[in-house]
Amino acid sequence: MMLILLIMLLFVGGLLVWLADRARLADARWLTLILLGCGLGLLLFGYANAGSVEVVGRQWYLGYHIPWIQRFGINLTLAVDGLGFVMVLLTLFLGLVAVLSSWREIEHSRGFFHFNLLWTLAGVVGVFTALDLFLFFVFWEVMLVPMYFIIAIWGHENRTYAALKFFIFTQASGLLMLLAIVGLVYYQYQASGILTFNYFVLLDTPLTAQVGYWLMLGFFIAFAVKLPAVLVHSWLPDAHTQAPTAGSVILAGVLLKTGAYGIIRFVVPLFPEASAQFASLAMALGVGSIIYGAALAFAQTDLKRLIAYTSISHMGFVLLGVYAGNEEGLQGAVMTMLAHGMTSAALFAFAGAIQQRIHTRDMRQMGGFWTRAPRLGAWVLFFSVAALGMPGLANFVGEFLVLIGAFKANAWITVAACAGLILAPVYSLLVIQKVFHGEPQPERQLTDAGTREVVMLGMMAVITVVLGLFPHLILDLVSGGLSLLPPDAPVSGDLSVGLGLLQEPIN
Amino acid sequence: MNQIELIALSPVLFVTASAVGLMLLAAFKVKPIVLNGFTLLGLVATLAAMLWADNLAPVQVTPLLIVDRFALFYSALIVLAGMVVTLLSGRYLHSLGLHVVQPGRQAHLSAEYYVLLLTAVLGAMVLVCSRHFAALFLGLELLGVSLYVLVAYLAPLSEQRAASLEAGMKYLILSGVASAILLFGVALLYAEFGTLEYSRLGEIWSVSGSHNSKIVVAGLALLLSGICFKLSLVPFHMWTPDVYEGAPVTVTALVATVSKGAVFALLLRLVFETGAFSSSAIMSVMAVIAIASMLIGNLLALLQRNVKRILAYSSIAHIGYLLVVLLAGANRQTAIDLINEAAGFYLVAYFVMTLGAFGVISVLSRAGNACDQDQLAEYRGLFWRAPGMALILTAMLLSLAGIPLTVGFIGKFYVVVVGVQAMMWLLLGALVLGSAIGLFYYLRFVVVMFMPAERESAKTEPRFVAPGDRLVLSALLVLLLWLGVFPDPLVRFIQSTTLGWF
Repeated sequence: MMLILLIMLLFVGGLLVWLADRARLADARWLTLILLGCGLGLLLFGYANAGSVEVVGRQWYLGYHIPWIQRFGINLTLAVDGLGFVMVLLTLFLGLVAVLSSWREIEHSRGFFHFNLLWTLAGVVGVFTALDLFLFFVFWEVMLVPMYFIIAIWGHENRTYAALKFFIFTQASGLLMLLAIVGLVYYQYQASGILTFNYFVLLDTPLTAQVGYWLMLGFFIAFAVKLPAVLVHSWLPDAHTQAPTAGSVILAGVLLKTGAYGIIRFVVPLFPEASAQFASLAMALGVGSIIYGAALAFAQTDLKRLIAYTSISHMGFVLLGVYAGNEEGLQGAVMTMLAHGMTSAALFAFAGAIQQRIHTRDMRQMGGFWTRAPRLGAWVLFFSVAALGMPGLANFVGEFLVLIGAFKANAWITVAACAGLILAPVYSLLVIQKVFHGEPQPERQLTDAGTREVVMLGMMAVITVVLGLFPHLILDLVSGGLSLLPPDAPVSGDLSVGLGLLQEPIN
Repeated sequence: MNQIELIALSPVLFVTASAVGLMLLAAFKVKPIVLNGFTLLGLVATLAAMLWADNLAPVQVTPLLIVDRFALFYSALIVLAGMVVTLLSGRYLHSLGLHVVQPGRQAHLSAEYYVLLLTAVLGAMVLVCSRHFAALFLGLELLGVSLYVLVAYLAPLSEQRAASLEAGMKYLILSGVASAILLFGVALLYAEFGTLEYSRLGEIWSVSGSHNSKIVVAGLALLLSGICFKLSLVPFHMWTPDVYEGAPVTVTALVATVSKGAVFALLLRLVFETGAFSSSAIMSVMAVIAIASMLIGNLLALLQRNVKRILAYSSIAHIGYLLVVLLAGANRQTAIDLINEAAGFYLVAYFVMTLGAFGVISVLSRAGNACDQDQLAEYRGLFWRAPGMALILTAMLLSLAGIPLTVGFIGKFYVVVVGVQAMMWLLLGALVLGSAIGLFYYLRFVVVMFMPAERESAKTEPRFVAPGDRLVLSALLVLLLWLGVFPDPLVRFIQSTTLGWF
């Protein structure tokens, strides 16, 4: 019940914010902050009081289940396990960061902007909680449209092109996923006579190796575009660079994670054999992303574009960890997702702050900012060091676990991936050197970080440190079920029980 | 003709009576609003008569027509579309105002418009009720002749609308040729089978087993060419953009919905009653046509700067998607019920979004101007000037692009479901590719509306959107979202319209 309330809160709240802004009743920014705060409270309160139900060896909380389109056996099935919960938490938190980071940036039609922001977040929360494949697909697309508007209306100089590219890449690959979903449902229907899009039932679908492989590819391509893996990444640098700061924060911090989440939640459990077969190719793609992203980041002069390429590199670790196929790899992947959510959001917020102050993202026109803005510099140094994988911070835990996991699976690929650890300091410190050191540019006026920015960056820094020092806070939450189902896992036994319990709203 | 047959036929008779009544009414000097109201009244009465006829269906009326739930469903759809077009036409034609050549004749001229609108609806209804090639031809010509005149309707009224006349002539000549080809095809089929009834023809054919007899294949090919022309499928699509562009925008809406919807419903009945697609040669040709329509329709739309032409090419692609449904049914692997359901749902979706899109264009246009507001550049910044209209148009375009929570997505979902069941991966691949290309021009249109307005375009700002128009368009928007989120009731309704075809 809590989840549907949360999603409705974001959808309806978005409309309210828009209307309130049009009627000049309230400041859209404060209203959005309050709404997101309520959402966070609702989630934590619900989670603390939730009963759980065990299905396919995982604990599910906050379940909700009502029929939706009965013609196709489609239900509104929502529930989170530890992984989903963490992801929703991240989404809402970065929503707050996004609002704070664009506080002064959005000058026209603030109401419509925050409407789009809230609807994007609602779509993302839906993606992280939907356990009906049709519903999942609906949310997957719903989060695109408002994000498209955010980039296309409030973005920078080349926004139309970037927004269009972002939308077409995701939507076209999404259609492939739709084909795969319908195909999977059809095979299940042929085998059992049950027409359903329920995740738990579809886990059990008998597939021949060839069919499974093709269907798996349909899902994988959609998620790989979103992740993004190298070869299908070309939308990312444009979209991230052109988006307004809040858009970049949400894109890098949250939207990329939906791709990784999709692989963990759907691709591997639904198609275990095909995934095992595909694993070395996927790991190679991951390594390709790590090295390619890092190398291209090094070559950029545009600050946001540089950070965008580092995202490709970091998400390569996630791909590597997921397909390592063991507990360490997966836990590392999840930890990297969270850590990257924090650092990339912080760095994009910083890039936005700089651009707002000096109206350029070109690093060749920056330099010597440390003397003018020491507070800002210190925070950015912290997040750059976090991003390059300093032990004691969250990113290190994530990447280290990924490498341990991947080494067990495929030593040579892991050796290549380690090159990423060398390249990361190069591009991270490059930012510090070019922006903060060197000759001061006398004509550039720069004010130091204000209270709002310090609070925002401080919150993220605290989380990065806490996750780095006490990774078990998260690892315990997401483990247990993250060990993916081995192909012979007993699924059917407790399936009906679990589904029966999910019929009732649990709390 | 007994009483039952009369009742069953009453919807068709009501439309006919309204058309005749309107002609009589035009003899008096009445205001345009009276004519508009009378037309609406006639269409409402027709809808009411359908409820009456529905109790008796199915009834065969003469050897030519059959009134079953299938026919009634599509008739209702056509009449509803006719009502929307009538509602939108009122203000649009009224805005002709000062530009009329002979000021005194305005009312009479708009009477002709409504008469022709009613006869077009009549023709479309005859088409969906037909069970005999003679009725098919009657309906097709009734629809066609009404539309030729409607397309060119504004040409004599407003000297500036020369493109209208060109469009009308083009449509007349090409459509005439297509009709001739269709007739020749029918003649060949008659020569082979000796009957003009669809079901009888189907029986003889399945017994004789002459699936690839040269005369039959040639006859079917000619027949289907004529039908593909009306549906503007590639490669018979050349007329579409010109006619869409030249016609007054309300007539364009009529051509896009009533004409294509009726012909598609007819094609459904024809294919399943005659088994026309059981010939493998015909099947492969139609599959190629479907793929070409999906890809070429979407590709050509990319090059356009005129929104009516964009929507013309988009409609070509959409009928291509619909053809996938039909092909899936034809290879007999998929249940007829599902085909009927998918096609019915897709057509409802297509009607809603097409009427909505053209509706917004009509609200922004004036019949008296040299052309409708159809340049993409004129839509720049619409959202900041007229947010309501821009949002409705955005929703319609997103639905055409197949984004979830709109009816267009459920329609596309149906196509995918049917395609997967029939394992037509090539056609589905073309669908995915076509949709991806389609996104480009739909989104470009959307983004133009959200760009900052330029000062010079401020003059095209609608001073006032009539409450009636606002109501109609809002109703379409609500329908678009409602059916997109809760499709079940409509699905159940369409399921009840399936025929025992076999």
